[in-house]
Amino acid sequence: MPELSLSEAIAEYVRDGQTLALEGFTHLIPFAAGHEIVRQGRRDLHLVRMTPDLVYDQMIGAGCARALTFSWGGNPGVGSLHRLRDAVENGWPAPLTIREHAHAGMAAAYTAGAANLPFGMLRGSLGTDLPRVNDEIRFVTCPYTGETLTTVPALRPDVTILHGQRADRRGNVLMRGIVGIQKEAALAARILLVTVEEIVEDLGAPMNALVLPHWVVTAVSWVPGGAWPSYAQGHYPRDNAFYQVWDGISRGRESFTRWMAHHVLGTIDHADFLRSLEAGSATAEEEAAR
Amino acid sequence: MSETRPWTPDEMMTVAAARLLWDGCVCFVGIGLPSAAANLARHTHAPDIVLVYESGTIGVRPDVLPLSIGDGELAETATVIVSLPEVFAYWLQGGRIDVGFLGAAQMDRFGNLNSTVIGDYSRPRTRLPGAGGAPEIATHAKRTFVVLKQSPRSFVPKLDFVTSAGFFEGHGGRSRAGAPGAGPRVVITDLGLLRPEPDSEELVLAARYENVEVDEIRRATGWPLRTADSVDVVAPPTDEELHILRDLHERTRRAHSRPAPLPV
Repeated sequence: MPELSLSEAIAEYVRDGQTLALEGFTHLIPFAAGHEIVRQGRRDLHLVRMTPDLVYDQMIGAGCARALTFSWGGNPGVGSLHRLRDAVENGWPAPLTIREHAHAGMAAAYTAGAANLPFGMLRGSLGTDLPRVNDEIRFVTCPYTGETLTTVPALRPDVTILHGQRADRRGNVLMRGIVGIQKEAALAARILLVTVEEIVEDLGAPMNALVLPHWVVTAVSWVPGGAWPSYAQGHYPRDNAFYQVWDGISRGRESFTRWMAHHVLGTIDHADFLRSLEAGSATAEEEAAR
Repeated sequence: MSETRPWTPDEMMTVAAARLLWDGCVCFVGIGLPSAAANLARHTHAPDIVLVYESGTIGVRPDVLPLSIGDGELAETATVIVSLPEVFAYWLQGGRIDVGFLGAAQMDRFGNLNSTVIGDYSRPRTRLPGAGGAPEIATHAKRTFVVLKQSPRSFVPKLDFVTSAGFFEGHGGRSRAGAPGAGPRVVITDLGLLRPEPDSEELVLAARYENVEVDEIRRATGWPLRTADSVDVVAPPTDEELHILRDLHERTRRAHSRPAPLPV
């Protein structure tokens, strides 16, 4: 397992047109990796993520995506993801094909991918219109009871990218706190890239902790603060104020583009990105909200 | 509402929802008003209520309300944190949730809900966040409480999209389809409470808030709303309820408006 800089890892493993999952349920969202993908100008990606959150709002608005598979697409506790909505409602900056599930179905799809099964199964989507708009949601008859159960095809991303608190020198990765779908997304993928807050000699993992062993990790990158404005339990809190500020920044195409140009495209890496935020606001919307 | 009262419609809704929860009940909570109601209940009559958030945080006791479903506050105060496949498969589908809270953009007279899209799905007028945990909460929670402000735009004769099922077309449709939970037992609005009528399972007006007239509630409903045999009046919020709720909101507002230090 090599330790690479984030820009090396993205350059080496992320290609145009791939199916890509950046996971982390509210917690440990790999923002730095998303920004690096934007910097390197990847296109035509099929993005997969249960909650697209700000990271996919930014990548979609920056023109990286042709398709999105998801299960809840809002700014949690705040409102809409305006760039996602603009892509779906108006095709800006490019048309976006969407495939949507409910959380339970998407969790089952990742679990099936990790377990090398063709589909995941649940008692789901009863009485809903979801199967009408997503023809991948289908039904089987239980061979034991005869009842009808819902199926979803396995999710097998080309690349999954996660953020964790800690790795050791061999590349074993420790995550703690809300672990969401991390393990399933990791083991469902062909390539697994992980960014971490710190790299240490001894992982110090408690028994039964969530550890991804080095031999399932393709590359580790040391990116402190790499989950901001989401959070890393034990390192820094979720920046709820920024999630609210984002509503104003992302509402208009122009202020969004200016923010991305200044803070993401105008910086060389994540440390530079964080410095640019500390130095000041790129948009009037951000300034007003701060 | 015709006259000024010392509480807001949101506060009345939150208090009305909190009172429906009981001590020890296991409650699957969404963000926003349900989260405020569940925590108000915990701070008043239901200290041992078990709050489950879909981020896999079980038995949480937050000091401030979370902005997102997965704030650190939830993880830090949880009895146990489980993964997403586990929270949906073992805890929700496993039948361990007494009450699931649901909100939506639209509801029909049988408590079916839309949180996906306004207008045509392929050419939406407004794209909403989508399903999240709602369809399976609606299916598997032993009962659901729906929280939704009442207007002809939200209480509609026909949904643009069915995201989560209530009673289907009523008249036993839900149980014939094999849904394990009992469905929406109550709808808490800013004007009163709706409950399903026994046989038809159509939602009817069961209670109104003080000084809200039945006609006003009918006008705020997009179908001909019928009333239960007797329409109760919900007692207004007590001073204690208002004090605790406002304190909780004030702590929350302060916590969420404070920019977190950048991790540099």
